[in-house]
Amino acid sequence: MKQFDELSLLEIVDEVKDGDLIGIPADYSGVPMMFTKELIKKGVKDLKLYCLPLTTIQGDMLIGSGCVSEIEAAAVTLGEFGLAPRFSEAVEAGHILIKDSTCPALHAQLQATEKSVPFMPLRGVIGSDIQKYRKDWQVIENPMKCSGHKNEPILLLPAVQLDVLIFHAPCVDKNGNIQIGRRRELATLTHASKKVFVTTEQILDIDFFDNELSAATCLPALYVDGISVVENGAWPCALPGVYGQDNDEIKKYSIAAKTQKGFEEYMQNYLFN
Amino acid sequence: MIELKREELLISQLADLLVNDKHIAVGAASPIPGAAALLAKEEAKLQNNRIRVTILHSNKYNNFTDGARELFDCAAQGRIDTFFLGGVQIDGEANINLVGTGSYTKIQKRFPGSFGSALMYFVVPQIILFREEHSPRTLVDKVDFISAPGFSDENIYRPGGPKFLLTNRALFKFNKQKKRFCLLKIHNNESIENIIKLTGFKFDVDDKITNMSIPNKTRIDILRNKISYMVSEFYPEFADRIWGV
Repeated sequence: MKQFDELSLLEIVDEVKDGDLIGIPADYSGVPMMFTKELIKKGVKDLKLYCLPLTTIQGDMLIGSGCVSEIEAAAVTLGEFGLAPRFSEAVEAGHILIKDSTCPALHAQLQATEKSVPFMPLRGVIGSDIQKYRKDWQVIENPMKCSGHKNEPILLLPAVQLDVLIFHAPCVDKNGNIQIGRRRELATLTHASKKVFVTTEQILDIDFFDNELSAATCLPALYVDGISVVENGAWPCALPGVYGQDNDEIKKYSIAAKTQKGFEEYMQNYLFN
Repeated sequence: MIELKREELLISQLADLLVNDKHIAVGAASPIPGAAALLAKEEAKLQNNRIRVTILHSNKYNNFTDGARELFDCAAQGRIDTFFLGGVQIDGEANINLVGTGSYTKIQKRFPGSFGSALMYFVVPQIILFREEHSPRTLVDKVDFISAPGFSDENIYRPGGPKFLLTNRALFKFNKQKKRFCLLKIHNNESIENIIKLTGFKFDVDDKITNMSIPNKTRIDILRNKISYMVSEFYPEFADRIWGV
């Protein structure tokens, strides 16, 4: 029997329900843009984006398309191409709820779920306005006698489990193991998600576990619910080690999306041509 | 006299602050700090010293293999000596705001967000604040939102914090005891009076205030002939604009 489920892209899109808490990989980890395009076409609503730890064009497009009600992130930006315009406008207008965080907190909340413990402590953050507005976070005094500092206040973050995660990977082996290279945050996201789907450039007729190097850089198939081959699936974002970001396209988007009208014209072309 | 770009002068100022480091890390949207760190590394090599540089947005100049959390774990372990932070607003007590202007619940202008600042500012011994624009809207009396505070109560774990603030007009040093910046260097075309006028917070002026030092020919050669190509791997737009590579 085949060791993994090969799905169509639309079957993966159907796994995402209105209101889901969905994992969003950073621009350096394999952004599933082709999937995002189909998700927007389907008209999904009320998504809660959990960014590890930031999002670029993927989050901005979902927000501009009205698919998002809430976002937890350390940053939403188009990097060298400036602010994420649909995100900024949606927050300024109060159309979406932003749960401002900081990168290590976003990692730690998922790491708690990885270990199946209810919370994770983190140093720093105390005294910031990030902490002030996060009513779901708590500060306690270090209860340990033998580690840390006596009477040290320490921040506790709740474990967060994602409903669904989709990311794009360079390749998959014949048993459904996913090559993630050094992008280990994809493993953290995966371990903390109820359902995981992967789009990939190609399926190879090899076994990553035959070789120590490829075994060490893969995500085992046991965590993954379905795989779809989607060539050029991260475009215009980069796929590390395979292709770079399409700077011309991101720049084009950054200019068009400055207004909602420009964004809609861009999306009409992006989605249907 | 070699014609020097403003960005090159700033890279050179930052590189001067990195000579004693063992490990420098550079985060998001930081081409000038990235170039400065790589320049410091190349110059250290010539002196038979070793500086490690981790550029997060690079594949080649990134030492981490354990995912994006490794930067924060590594910093918390005390293995990073210098990191750079910016800000939409920076105030006189070195609080930084990367979130937006106006009151948080009714924000006027929203910016990307706090990134990793709320941990890095606490644990990296030398944080260099870098914001090119030097104006009353960027250097303010009090930030609208504290992404990370400039100082903390005694009982908070805080081995790290702000050491310097560099803008395109001036270099300040932060005095932790006084919770106040002190003006150390100014751009050749600047006066102290103008800096006072363009700075939204009050600060001290060092007795030995000087102009920003002009890099020598050796440094400029390394920057233009070597560092420029390295930077083009991770900030292609910037490298093209400054050096045409």
